[in-house]
Amino acid sequence: MKNLVILGAGTSGTMMANHLVSKLPKKEWNIHIVDQYKTHYYQPGFLFLPFDIYTENQVKKVGEKFIPKGVNYIQQKIEKIDAENNLVELENGTITYDLLIIATGSKIAPQEIEGMLSEEWRKSVFDFYTYEGALALRDKLRDFKKGKLVVHITEMPIKCPVAPLEFAFLADAYFQKKGVRDQVDITYVTPLSGAFTKEFTSKTLKYLLEDKNIKLVTDFAIERVDIENNKIIDYADTEVDYDLLVTVPTNMGDEVMERSGLGDDLNFVPTHPKTLQSLAHENIFVIGDATNVPASKAGSVAHFQAETLTDNILLYINNKPLKEEFDGHANCFIETGKNKALLIDFNYEQEPVTGTFPFAGIGPLKLLKESVFNHWGKLAFRWIYWNVLLKGIPIPFVLRNMSTTGKNINN
Amino acid sequence: MIKTIKHVEIQVNDEGYLTDFSQWNKEIGEELAKEHDIEMTDKHWEVISWIQAQVAANEPLSIRGIKKSGVIDIKQFYDLFPGGPLKVSTKIAGVPKPKSCI
Ligand SMILES: Cc1cc2nc3c(=O)[nH]c(=O)nc-3n(C[C@H](O)[C@H](O)[C@H](O)COP(=O)(O)OP(=O)(O)OC[C@H]3O[C@@H](n4cnc5c(N)ncnc54)[C@H](O)[C@@H]3O)c2cc1C
Repeated sequence: MKNLVILGAGTSGTMMANHLVSKLPKKEWNIHIVDQYKTHYYQPGFLFLPFDIYTENQVKKVGEKFIPKGVNYIQQKIEKIDAENNLVELENGTITYDLLIIATGSKIAPQEIEGMLSEEWRKSVFDFYTYEGALALRDKLRDFKKGKLVVHITEMPIKCPVAPLEFAFLADAYFQKKGVRDQVDITYVTPLSGAFTKEFTSKTLKYLLEDKNIKLVTDFAIERVDIENNKIIDYADTEVDYDLLVTVPTNMGDEVMERSGLGDDLNFVPTHPKTLQSLAHENIFVIGDATNVPASKAGSVAHFQAETLTDNILLYINNKPLKEEFDGHANCFIETGKNKALLIDFNYEQEPVTGTFPFAGIGPLKLLKESVFNHWGKLAFRWIYWNVLLKGIPIPFVLRNMSTTGKNINN
Repeated sequence: MIKTIKHVEIQVNDEGYLTDFSQWNKEIGEELAKEHDIEMTDKHWEVISWIQAQVAANEPLSIRGIKKSGVIDIKQFYDLFPGGPLKVSTKIAGVPKPKSCI
């Protein structure tokens, strides 16, 4: 018998287990999946938790429920990958593999910035990229009625690059509803030259910040958080004052990569951008946030990658050449507050443009334009996530490669 | 787009970045630096060479990478190339604007 081992049972690992269980010959292959935690979190929900839009129970479930029968679920911490000897050291014992899929995701590393992880952490300096952070921030926001709110990105890449902007939009709506918006000053601080990662989108959507009276500070490369004086300070000595700092800290791959000599500076695994094979070892494949490929780190991206990766794993075990298929396709809803949202659909080459999705002229979703329908789409995503996405079922009409249908390409 | 620097024509994109590195030389770098009010010193050139070597080796450029370069720390990098040091230094170096600046 041969072993296929999946590291990480988050979005990507769970999808791969579901894809592969029915496709790998049972007589030849055992499939194992390893994760340190019992709970599977719906991370996109962390955006809504702080504003009391979602409750705790809507964003977490027991992870094992989503692992199909026939896959061996191992709840343990991964200590090290020994790629020379094809084995993985776990907290208790080791497991050997013939084929390895790394799906260990990315997580926040506030310790990377001086002053960020201090006694003020989760008192006046918050993240919302973790369950604990989002909950602590919810409690803080319930009492916050006045002052300077700074929404901040430390450095790129981060997962779901639009989430901090959505946070700022939802904060605007939240404080309006509470009737204190005029007492709360909102500033969005980014290391990029514009509010979005893609230039065109940045220009098209600038009005959103202006309309909502959200101040924008760009090209801000943070050096440190000055907790004594409630300021963030960048390398060019620009200072931004805050009463409440909501930051997205540096995102990094798991330390396992560093211990195993498999990661880059940020512990992301160097990966072929189109085949998803690791660049260092041909029997290691990488998916989702754990890769260093220049696509957005998002669940939707992982979903498209999973389809290509499944095919490539089958090609690999049959000694056939891999498909260079994955195109960086991402499809993200952007909440803009007051029950509206935008949709963007793009890939490595094609920036987000206006148009309709998935059908030309019909939609029903509109690209790069606010609509109520898009907002329903975003909320429906939670149901889709638990019931369709994790199970590896293709989303109707949405193909793994980006389609140009309905897109106004030349603008 | 074509741009003329000291009677030499160079090919640049709409943001002023050289599109063909073979057209680059120190003199052109110096002129591009002047457009950003930078007077090039040995330290500047050291950084420019490091950046060019990174790009030649296909290594991504980032502020974080500068920290580990051993050539310069981030604070000095900002002092040498004010106003978005990665954007400015790559332009002077004649290499593409790094993805992390987009
Ligand atoms: C606030 C927020 C909003 C988001 N919004 C959206 C959105 O609207 N749309 C969208 O598409 N995406 C969104 N995302 C991104 C999406 O959640 C991630 O891209 C997706 O979960 C990535 O899946 P993954 O499997 O690669 O990583 P993860 O789902 O993070 O899974 C990694 C797993 O590996 C395990 N692991 C790691 N290291 C070890 C170890 N050493 N030992 C054992 N186990 C280990 C972890 O416990 C974890 O379960 C959002 C993310 C956040 C934080």
